[in-house]
Amino acid sequence: MSDYRIKGETGEWEVVIGLEVHAQITTNAKLFSGAATAFGAEPNTQVSLVDAAMPGMLPVPNRECIRQAVRTGMAIEAQINKWSRFDRKNYFYADLPQGYQISQLYHPLVGEGAITVEADEKAGIPEPKVIGVERIHVEQDAGKLMHDQHPTMSYVDLNRSGVALMEIVSKPDMRSPAEAGAYVRKLRAILRYVGSCDGNMEEGSMRADVNVSVRKPGDEFGTRTETKNVNSVRFVMAVIEGEAKRQVELIESGGTVVQETRLYDPDRNETRSMRSKEDAHDYRYFPDPDLLPLELDDAFLAECRESLPELPDAKRDRYLALGISAYNADVLTAEVEAARWFDTLLEVGLATGAKPATAANWVTSELFGALNRMGRDLTDSPVSPEQAAELLGLVADGTISGTIAKQVFEKMLESGDGAAAIVERDGLKQTSDTGAIEAEIAKILTANADKVEQYKGGKEALFGFFVGQTMKAMQGKANPQVVNELLKKALS
Amino acid sequence: MTIDQATVRKIASLARIAISDAEAAAMEGELNGILGWVEQLGEVDVTGVEPMTAVIPNTLRLRDDVIDADPLTGGNRRDDVLANAPAAMHGFFGVPKVIE
Amino acid sequence: MTDLTNLTVAQIRDGHRAGDFSAVEVAEAFSANVAGAKALNAFIVETPEHALAAAKTADADRAAGTLKPLSGVPIGMKDLFCTDGVQTTAASHMLEGFVPRYESTVSQKLWDAGAGMLGKLNLDQFAMGSSNETSYFGNVISPWKRKDGGNASLAPGGSSGGSSTAIAARLCPAATGTDTGGSIRQPAAFTGISGIKPTYGRCSRWGIVAFASSLDQAGPMARDVRDCAIMLENMAGFDPKDATSLNMAVPNLEAALSSDLKGKTVGIPKEYRLEGIDPDIDAMWDAGIAMLKDAGAAVVEISLPHTKYALPAYYIIAPAEASSNLARYDGVRYGLRALPQGAGLQDMYAATRAEGFGAEVKRRIMIGTYVLSAGFYDAYYTQAQKVRTLIARDFERAFASCDVILAPTAPSAAFGLGEKMADPLSMYLNDVFAVPASLAGLPAMSVPAALNREGLPLGLQIIGKAFDEQGVLNAGLAIEERAGFTARAEKWW
Repeated sequence: MSDYRIKGETGEWEVVIGLEVHAQITTNAKLFSGAATAFGAEPNTQVSLVDAAMPGMLPVPNRECIRQAVRTGMAIEAQINKWSRFDRKNYFYADLPQGYQISQLYHPLVGEGAITVEADEKAGIPEPKVIGVERIHVEQDAGKLMHDQHPTMSYVDLNRSGVALMEIVSKPDMRSPAEAGAYVRKLRAILRYVGSCDGNMEEGSMRADVNVSVRKPGDEFGTRTETKNVNSVRFVMAVIEGEAKRQVELIESGGTVVQETRLYDPDRNETRSMRSKEDAHDYRYFPDPDLLPLELDDAFLAECRESLPELPDAKRDRYLALGISAYNADVLTAEVEAARWFDTLLEVGLATGAKPATAANWVTSELFGALNRMGRDLTDSPVSPEQAAELLGLVADGTISGTIAKQVFEKMLESGDGAAAIVERDGLKQTSDTGAIEAEIAKILTANADKVEQYKGGKEALFGFFVGQTMKAMQGKANPQVVNELLKKALS
Repeated sequence: MTIDQATVRKIASLARIAISDAEAAAMEGELNGILGWVEQLGEVDVTGVEPMTAVIPNTLRLRDDVIDADPLTGGNRRDDVLANAPAAMHGFFGVPKVIE
Repeated sequence: MTDLTNLTVAQIRDGHRAGDFSAVEVAEAFSANVAGAKALNAFIVETPEHALAAAKTADADRAAGTLKPLSGVPIGMKDLFCTDGVQTTAASHMLEGFVPRYESTVSQKLWDAGAGMLGKLNLDQFAMGSSNETSYFGNVISPWKRKDGGNASLAPGGSSGGSSTAIAARLCPAATGTDTGGSIRQPAAFTGISGIKPTYGRCSRWGIVAFASSLDQAGPMARDVRDCAIMLENMAGFDPKDATSLNMAVPNLEAALSSDLKGKTVGIPKEYRLEGIDPDIDAMWDAGIAMLKDAGAAVVEISLPHTKYALPAYYIIAPAEASSNLARYDGVRYGLRALPQGAGLQDMYAATRAEGFGAEVKRRIMIGTYVLSAGFYDAYYTQAQKVRTLIARDFERAFASCDVILAPTAPSAAFGLGEKMADPLSMYLNDVFAVPASLAGLPAMSVPAALNREGLPLGLQIIGKAFDEQGVLNAGLAIEERAGFTARAEKWW
């Protein structure tokens, strides 16, 4: 249970959140035409006669759009409807050439499912929470209007018009901005694992309509507002926070919340009413007579299921079973690229004897730290999983120490050379040559006779000092375990 | 169920058809005549009857995900798409400025 | 030398093949008739150059031995089919000046088969009408006159009124039509020609300006049954661009034509006997029954109990679909734009649509908008679609005991222009016999059967099982052979 509360003058208020996420389905061509979907093309070049709604043009659905939506539904263990239909949502706007959007209202492709967000104590999510998904349906995206090109005209670009979207509708199950943020992040991760959406919020591949209402804990749901087209996790959370406060203040000052569409202005961090667009909305949904009912057979569904990859939850469980910490498991499964990179490392790394937990630690601290410094991410990491496995293998088999490993890693980043080659070239191999180590220990104990006295007098903490001095004298190449044993013998 | 002129205006507004008072008055009678006549459908017992979805038994075919497989339904034909536009400007369709 | 414009499609094809005349001669003869028939107003655009070019190709193909099925045959194209580089208007001000950069699937198939285009034929605006009086480009006048001493202008039927008039007046040997609720069959009946609406999905809808998607179906109109078969073979066929297109081979309809109906059963629907109907209609129907018996068929009475509800259901479903299909005419991407001083986007839409659409189109958009609007959808639209299921079921049951159904095409002969325009409902009622087959997606044709007392043609309708165009054409042929309908309008234009 979330204990997120808005503190009003009349007491504490609970916020109720539902999200409708529009995710662009990753495909080559549009939902109902053969025009391309790539981002950033010249205006109106990725527009077919169908997308421009020329007279007599007809829609024919793209199988891949249906397949990806079904796979997404399967990934959240949702009901897949073998019989669904496309409906027309009728309204007039310059970005909607047909005068209707082909969508699914009455019989969506995917029914109820669920997404689990992980516990995050710091964010006020004390335990994992299951967020219900009401439905996923497939629909067309609209075109784009540009208002700043001409003093009296707006310009219409239909490149996006007809691109396939999934609308993923949650139940009103979230109770804090943090839960909503975690839900969007988790959903995004699932979509990217499945490969049904690239999750690129900057390019508009994922947008959320945020439904917010407030109530006194235990009361019935309040009236909700819907803030449209919010395009980052941070903004989703900001909208909820702001909108919940606004509603509480409104109610406490004697007003009532009206069910309306609102728009978020990120520059001012506030939402405002779009009452202008509300003008008697009556979408007159009805089944699209250009399209027959969509019926899926068992072979199609089987292929969808068989082609699903290991999903974040399953992967996280597997990592935990390998002894990887919960924190690292979360970090490594959050992004599909990281998970893929790490899985490759596990495959080759385990062969070299590196422990999964050690490998996970190394990735989340050393590698991520280095990438951060370089302003890169895993997709353009200068170090491959195979190279990392080689490095971790050298530590695991005692060839180098952890300290030396850090140096070797830096050199790998600088030169692009392999770990073994660097160790060989620079003579960084760890030594277990007891003669050499004993010689250094003898020198150190002689030079620090006072500390030896203190140690023998009971100040055992000084043991670390002797280890450090010995390692330093050995230039980090001494096997720490051998150093320990020899020091204990020499000091006893 | 009869409709009044206010309803006629509301429908005309939904359909984005500007109508004059005289037209609204004339349409009120015509629409009521037609709607009154179609209301006889209410007499039909449709218990257990599904609305028609496909007039001839046929299943919805799906297309392969290939760009511009057929030039008639593919992109890359901006000139054709803009050829008949009342206001084609710099590769865009021009419309009166929209304030969002 | 025979007047080439009196020849049928088959005669032109065969005569051209045999070298009796050139295709250029045929094209020029028909183009001359077209040019001389302005008074009928059958064409919106004349394209003699298109017909001539196809004719030259046909003549060259003959020399080269590469003739195609329709080489040398010039036809008329209903102006609802988008034609690449040739204005396509749907007879609406909204699309005046619209020149598509694409060719409809059906017209492309006809050109590929060697046919040439004489021009774009007038029609009811957006195919909405039963008299061709809703065209922005003026009424089409039927070549027929009543033999009552008067000179009243008659309706050629609608919506394919330009097609029916052009064929009846020998301006073209055949033409395309489209049928949503009788728009091929009723004009054919009014003008003494033949026309067939095939099974829904036989002809691709791609590139045809849409009226009501679940009902619209293209088909041929011509002087006789054989020509309808030839034309349909070259119009029909699977099209991957139309999701409702039937993925079935097109049968060789002409080759399989046979008027021998032995072993066939003809159903006579008792609900089509309307009280107070013109006795000439009933008489023609009875004569048609006798003709089919004579051709060897057994005749049984059948019942289509929901017939009475077909028309009201149609006038919910078709306007509902039309209200949505016609939303694209908004003045943004093509066609008319009306932009009053200071108008915003939504004002532009309303002004454009007010100016661009005719009264009947607006009326149907309004009805369609209303029946789909919040609170009314189930009572009107869902109910109508349920009734439609029942109507289709009626046919299914009837076809358990018969192979084809015989009925009149229309409840009257051609009426005078202006007679029904004041009352939309009385106009709608003219499609009472045509609409049920449309709602059920079934193939149906009209063949001329008799003249009424006023000397005007009457048509008989044959409705077949889904996909059985052959059965429909064969029964049509049996009537054609026995009716001996040779009457034609006297030239006055």
